Amino acid sequence: MTTTEKTDILVVGSGFGGAITAYHLAAGGADVTVLERGPWLETEELEHDFLLGSSYTRAFDFTVGDGMSVLGGNCVGGGSMVYFAALPRAPRFVFERRGSVGRRMWPSAIDRDTLDPWYDRAAEALGVRTQDWSDVSYAGGLWGAACNHSGRTANPVPVAIDKDACVNCNWMMAGCRFEAKKSLVFNYLPAAVAHGARIRPLHEVQRLERLDDGGYRVHYNTIDDSDYRVTTGSGAIDAKIVVLGAGAGATPVILKRSEERLGAMPHAVGRYFSGNGERLNTAVINEDRVRDVLGLSRDAERAYEAFQVGKGPCVANWDRLDASLPEYSRYSLEQLYFPPALGTILAQTPGVPGPSWFGADKKEMLRRWKSWLIIFIMSEDDNEGVFGPPPPTGNAVRLSQQMLGRGPLSYRPTANTWHGWKSADAEIKEILEKDGIAEVAPWTNDLVGAYTVHPLASCRIGDDPHTSALDDRHELRGHPGIFVTDGSSVPGALTVNPAMTIAALAERSVPGIVEAARARGVDVTYGAPAPDGATSGRGGVLDLAGRRSS
Amino acid sequence: MPTGTPDTERVETLTLEAFADTILPGAKRTPDDPSIAGRSHDAGSVEAGALELLRTPATGLASGLPEFVDMLNGHAERYAGEHGLEDGRDLPPFVRLSFEDRTALVRALTSPGHPEKEFWVMLALFCNMAFDSAAHMSTPTALAEGHPGLTAMGFAAPDTDGLLRFKEYSYGRATARLHPDTTDSGSLA
Repeated sequence: MTTTEKTDILVVGSGFGGAITAYHLAAGGADVTVLERGPWLETEELEHDFLLGSSYTRAFDFTVGDGMSVLGGNCVGGGSMVYFAALPRAPRFVFERRGSVGRRMWPSAIDRDTLDPWYDRAAEALGVRTQDWSDVSYAGGLWGAACNHSGRTANPVPVAIDKDACVNCNWMMAGCRFEAKKSLVFNYLPAAVAHGARIRPLHEVQRLERLDDGGYRVHYNTIDDSDYRVTTGSGAIDAKIVVLGAGAGATPVILKRSEERLGAMPHAVGRYFSGNGERLNTAVINEDRVRDVLGLSRDAERAYEAFQVGKGPCVANWDRLDASLPEYSRYSLEQLYFPPALGTILAQTPGVPGPSWFGADKKEMLRRWKSWLIIFIMSEDDNEGVFGPPPPTGNAVRLSQQMLGRGPLSYRPTANTWHGWKSADAEIKEILEKDGIAEVAPWTNDLVGAYTVHPLASCRIGDDPHTSALDDRHELRGHPGIFVTDGSSVPGALTVNPAMTIAALAERSVPGIVEAARARGVDVTYGAPAPDGATSGRGGVLDLAGRRSS
Repeated sequence: MPTGTPDTERVETLTLEAFADTILPGAKRTPDDPSIAGRSHDAGSVEAGALELLRTPATGLASGLPEFVDMLNGHAERYAGEHGLEDGRDLPPFVRLSFEDRTALVRALTSPGHPEKEFWVMLALFCNMAFDSAAHMSTPTALAEGHPGLTAMGFAAPDTDGLLRFKEYSYGRATARLHPDTTDSGSLA
């Protein structure tokens, strides 16, 4: 007879949803095991290199769906390794959104005021800070100036980047080699390990099974460290509590694959997926107009020519984040850097009729790449994404050795979603084409559908059992002891970068998980300080946590 | 015809080159260069290394290339038939098409609703990547050797340790007013 490994709490994924819960539960005394399907990349392995097989392709997953493609992290630290560390809080109106379900999407227990103490906890742990204009890249400054030129405001976005260590190389999507970006591998994850948590990279969870004692058996495959299409082994671990933080593109797939042994899933598992209303536009800047109209110059020769310089998004226009506007017409317009390939292929050539993502005109556009400016739309979509039957393993049929796969997500943008996108496209054009500053075109949706770097809502919290998979404590309806704490738990599009909200929700979920674990005989308590020992964030939530526990 | 013969290899190379040249066109390498249409004055996807990249096992495409080539030439033959095009040259059907016809066919194959769209988009994606990110080469090496795509785009070269650093990065001054509802956290209220 073989014995299966055991742990108190099995955490799936090591991004925000997994790392934050793993830390608090380990610090509280539980035996915690984290399974991460991607590799564990050390700082020295993070390269400035597009070569297939470099950290750039090892750390990412690009999953093509039917009408929606998802870019996500695939390594220890998850999205935090590849994201741009922009961490704004969601505006107040977001929590009041009704979407197409005709009632408030968020649980009644959560609004901006009740989430703020949890935002504070996450901000303290992640080292979120405001940027001033001297931190802002040329591209951010240019976007601010263009907004100002048309009578709009613009804000440097809050970030978790150490500005003294940052060299503005714009390689942070391959992992930050200079340790300037405060990824989870510098806070929650090492603190979890210090408290005894075990993190196992290249372990891809496939399905869960219910045990007679009310616990769960978690089945995984081990994955080859360079060809992710290759499975090198398999195994299982028994746990009293399972925390799913595999990301909005994977968590519902694991649950749907588990239905046979776990029982039926709530209706909302694998439904209501949101791409955070995301869409991109690329502008080609007229350098002379930057100098003459906006009064900006880098030196005697150059006005801008600085698309490559910086640290992802620095400046956002938030004028449309206005609670008085109707739903589906609110959005941020954020300046963004995207590297070549992922950031060039879908760009269309401004002013060229018909499909213009390839051809001679596109090549001429690439020749002006230094003068590009990408504007990122985060709007209110309609939660129209639905996952089909799971692939044989993982969340995609992997096509390439790394990065590229075909997933079961389908997404048909509704008129509401298109309204937001078209309004935002038109506003970007109005801002950037005013007085000849630039020419602009949106990215094509014809090739890989819409494109999101912030997948959300595919296993969401809520009060209505029909339209939410989780209760307001993040426990899976009908499956006690399974919690979901990643981006899939967020009810809908946030109109801003979502990492801060995912982190705050994960922080908020911990007291409930502690309570459930204690009921299953796990000796664990809530109340750890921030990973670096800071305590002011904890002070703000202990009352809330206690009240909810009682 | 058995696979792997010189003629099959020639057909594959010419066909894939013509496809890549449709995605990001280049200048003819020789006056009678059949695959490159010559719609640009300098190197395009082919010279940037499209075929090297497509034949890299990491892409997941390499083993399927013969099938892609057969399919593409089949589409080209049908296209030529439908449009009454005649060309007696001893070249693969896709290569026989003019640049405009190659473009029209690639548009059709990559349009929403085409049953094979996914394959052609993937092929196009890697042809793009050969030019705009040289994914078949180490980036510092590609830049040092003057890779045509990265060089044309003005991608900045790294320091001697292979890492990029920009010492100057900011206009250093406020260029806009902040949103009036901005809080101390930097987010909106």
